[in-house]
Amino acid sequence: MARSRLLGALGPGLLGWLWKRGPEDPLWIAGAIVDCAAMTVTSLPLLSRIWLSWLASFRILFDGRFAASVAFLREGGTPSESKPVVALPSEPAIAPRAEAAPASANAALQLLSLLQREGRFIDFVQQELASFSDAEIGTAARVVHEGCRRALRTHAQIVSVRSEAEGASLTLEHASDDVKLVGNVAGSAPFRGVLRHRGWRVAGLKLPTVVGAHDPTLVAPAELELS
Amino acid sequence: MSARYVIGIDLGTTHCALALAPLGDTDARVSVLEIEQLVAPGSVAKRGLLPSFLYFAHESEPALALPWDGQRRFCVGEFARARGAEAPQRVISSAKSWLSYGGIDRRAGNLPLAAPPDLEQISPVEASFRLLDHLNEAFRAARPADGDLSEQEVVLTVPASFDAGARDLTVEAALAAGFDQVTLLEEPQAALYAWIEQNGDAWRSHLRAGDRVLVIDIGGGTTDFSLIDAVEQDGSLGLSRIAVGDHILLGGDNMDLALAHVVGQELAEQGQELDRFQLGALAHACRGAKEKLLSDPNLAEVAVVLPSRGSQLLGGSIRGELRREQVERYLLDGFFPVVSADERPKVRPRAGLAQAGLPYASDAAITKHLAAFLARHAFAEPSPGLADATDARPPTAILFNGGVLKAEILRARVIETLNGWLEQRGAARARVLPGEDLDLAVARGAAYYGLVRHGRGLRIRGGTARAYYVGIESPMPALPGLEPPVFALCVAPFGMEEGTHAALPPEELFVVVGEPVRFRFFGSSTRRSDPAGSVLERWRAGELEELPAIELTLPPAGRTAGDVVAVQLQASVTAIGTLKLEAIARAPIVADERWQIELSVRHAAHSSA
Repeated sequence: MARSRLLGALGPGLLGWLWKRGPEDPLWIAGAIVDCAAMTVTSLPLLSRIWLSWLASFRILFDGRFAASVAFLREGGTPSESKPVVALPSEPAIAPRAEAAPASANAALQLLSLLQREGRFIDFVQQELASFSDAEIGTAARVVHEGCRRALRTHAQIVSVRSEAEGASLTLEHASDDVKLVGNVAGSAPFRGVLRHRGWRVAGLKLPTVVGAHDPTLVAPAELELS
Repeated sequence: MSARYVIGIDLGTTHCALALAPLGDTDARVSVLEIEQLVAPGSVAKRGLLPSFLYFAHESEPALALPWDGQRRFCVGEFARARGAEAPQRVISSAKSWLSYGGIDRRAGNLPLAAPPDLEQISPVEASFRLLDHLNEAFRAARPADGDLSEQEVVLTVPASFDAGARDLTVEAALAAGFDQVTLLEEPQAALYAWIEQNGDAWRSHLRAGDRVLVIDIGGGTTDFSLIDAVEQDGSLGLSRIAVGDHILLGGDNMDLALAHVVGQELAEQGQELDRFQLGALAHACRGAKEKLLSDPNLAEVAVVLPSRGSQLLGGSIRGELRREQVERYLLDGFFPVVSADERPKVRPRAGLAQAGLPYASDAAITKHLAAFLARHAFAEPSPGLADATDARPPTAILFNGGVLKAEILRARVIETLNGWLEQRGAARARVLPGEDLDLAVARGAAYYGLVRHGRGLRIRGGTARAYYVGIESPMPALPGLEPPVFALCVAPFGMEEGTHAALPPEELFVVVGEPVRFRFFGSSTRRSDPAGSVLERWRAGELEELPAIELTLPPAGRTAGDVVAVQLQASVTAIGTLKLEAIARAPIVADERWQIELSVRHAAHSSA
C-alpha cells in the first residue's frame, strides 16, 4: 500500500536521528525509544507503543541484526544476553553510520511539522483507530496520503534502488550494500534470486531553512478562531 | 556599472517568476531563479514560483523573519497565501488586477480592502513594489556576488491588455524597487519569445511568412489574447504583433471556485454545512481533484476530502466527490463551451460603483471572449472599426500559455472550437506551436527578450497596442439631462514604436494656469489607421474604451495664476515602453515650454462611459 511505503521511506531518517539522541533528551519520542533500548522500564503507554511499533517495523525490515534481536526477544530472551540493539551515544558498540550526516533534532522536528501541516500526519497517528470503520479510516487516509506525498515530493527526491519489477528474477554479480539477501542466504556471488522489494533511496533532501526564533518543537500550534 | 544579466520578471496576478540570462555570452541560455520565501513560520525554502500574496502580521504573531531580515512584519509568497486563507482580512491578493483598475485611486492605501483597524492599508502600486522588492531580496540572497537587480537590466512583463496608465503604474512600482534599467514587455509576446528560445534556430522552420499566431494566455486570474504575424522583412522572417484583446479578469481560480461551489452544494444537500474555512479548503481540494480528472481520462470520479479542523482527523473529516461529468459540465462547458463564432460574452450591467471590487468578467465563457476578439481583429465580417480590411485574416497557428492550459483536454477544446470557426470560413485548421513550461514561459521569454535587445535573435515589432484619444467637449449650450457631445482627438496612433514621437495635432486645448485640468481619455485596440490629430465625432459601441482620466496642472512659474494658456498635446513612447503625453505651449514664454500630463490620476475614473 502506498501509504506504508511512504511512511517507510521516512522511517530511516527519523530513526537515524533517534539513534543519535541520548536518554537525557526531553522529547518523549526519543525517550520512549531509548528507554526501550536500555530496557529500564517494564511498560510503555499505548501511544508510545504505537509509535514504537511503527518505527520498529522499518528497522525489522531494513536491519537484519535488529530483526534477529527482536526475534530473540520474542522467543523470551532478555536483552542483556545480546548486544545492544539501539546505540546510545555513549556506547560505541555499533559503529557510526557512515552515510548519515549528523542529523539534528531540528531537521526531524521540521519534517514532522511539514507532514502535519501538509498531511495531518500527527493527527492521524495520534488518534485511536479501533472505533472507526475502514471507510472512515480510508477518508482520513486520503488526506494523509495526498498531503504527505506532496510534502515528500516537494522536499525529497525518492528513487527505487532497483528498477526491475518486483517478482522478476535477478542475478547479482557482487554482494552490494543496497541489496539485502534473504531466504537461503549462503554461497558466494553471483547471487540468483527473485526481487521481492525494490528498495528506496533518498537521492536528494531539501528541507526548508530555519529562520528566526521559531520554537521547533511546536510542530502545530493550537488554533483559536476569533469571530 | 554595466549590467551583467538581463532579468525577466513575470509579475503575475497569482504568481511571480524570475528568469535570468548572462549578458556578453553569445551562447547564453536562460535559466530560472528559484525564489527563497517564507513557507511556514520560521521556515524558508526556494520555490520556482512566488505566490503573489502579501500578508501582514498581527501584533499577536512573532516576526515573519527572513534570512535577510529578522524583524519583518509582513511576508510575501507561499506562507502569505496559506495564512491568507486563515486570516483573509490581512492579506493582499491580485494586486496586479487592482493596479489596472481605474475604479480606485491606485496610489492611495486601500488594500487589503477589508483591513482591520490595526493594519495600515497600502496602495496597489506599493503592493506591486513589495512583490518586486521580495524578488530583489531573493536575488541578492541567492547570488551575493551579482549585487542587486537595480544593477541589472530588467524586463518586466505586463498583460497585453494593460492600458497606458496601468503600464505607468507598473513602472512606478519597479522604480520604487530600484529597477532603474527596466523595460516593459507584453506577456503574450514573452510567451512567444520563450517558444523561440526553446526551439533555437529551428523556430523559423515552424513559422512561414503569412502565418498568424494566436497567443492564448490563461493564468490564475486573467485571460489575455494577442495576434502576432510572421511577415517577410528584408528578405527574412519577421514578427509583428498586430492586435491585443481586452483585459479579462477570468482565470484558473474562477474555475476552482466554480467546482468548489458544485461540490459544496452537493454536500449541503447531504446536510453537511461548511464554514468559511472548509469552503476555502474545498476550493483547494477541488483543484487537486480537477487536475487528476483532467490528466487521466479513465478516472470517473475523485474523492474530495475536507479534513476536520480539530486534531481528531478520523470521524470529523467530510468526504465528497468530484465526478468527470461535473468537470465536463461546469468546467469544459461552463468556461470553454463550443460556441459559434457569432457568440459574444454577455455583459451584465454593473451594479454601481458604490461597492469597491474588481471588475470580474461577467461571462465565464472564455470561448465567447475569444470569438469576440477574433471577430474584431481576424475575421472579415462587418466588425466595428476594423479600419484596414487587409488585416482581417484568420489565425494559422496557436500558442498556449498559462497554468490552466496545462490540461490537455482544455487545450483540445479550444483547438476544436477555433478550428470549427475556421472551417466554417473555408480557412485551414490552425496548428499548435508546442510550448513547454506554461508556468515559467513568460519569465523566460522576458529574459530572452533582454538578450534580443542586445542584438541576439529576432525582435517582435508592433509598438503600442492601442490608439489613444483625448475627449473634448464640444462648446454648446447646456441642455437639461443631456451630456454635451464629446469628440475624440487622436493624440497617439496605433503601433507607436519605443522612442518615437507622434505628430503634433493642430487642435489647441486651453488650460488655466495653477489649476488642475482633467481630460477624458480613451483607448482603442481596433482603430489602427487614425493619425495623430484626427478628430472622431462619433464611433461605434465598443470601439473606444474610456480609460481613467488624465490630468494636467500648469505650474504658475513664469505665468500668472488664472491665465489661460493654449497648448497642443504630443505623445511619445519612452524607451521603457510607457506612453508619455506632454502639453506644449502654443506661445512659449521660454524655449521649449512643455509640461507632462499625468496618465493615472489620483482619483477614480470618470464613471459615465
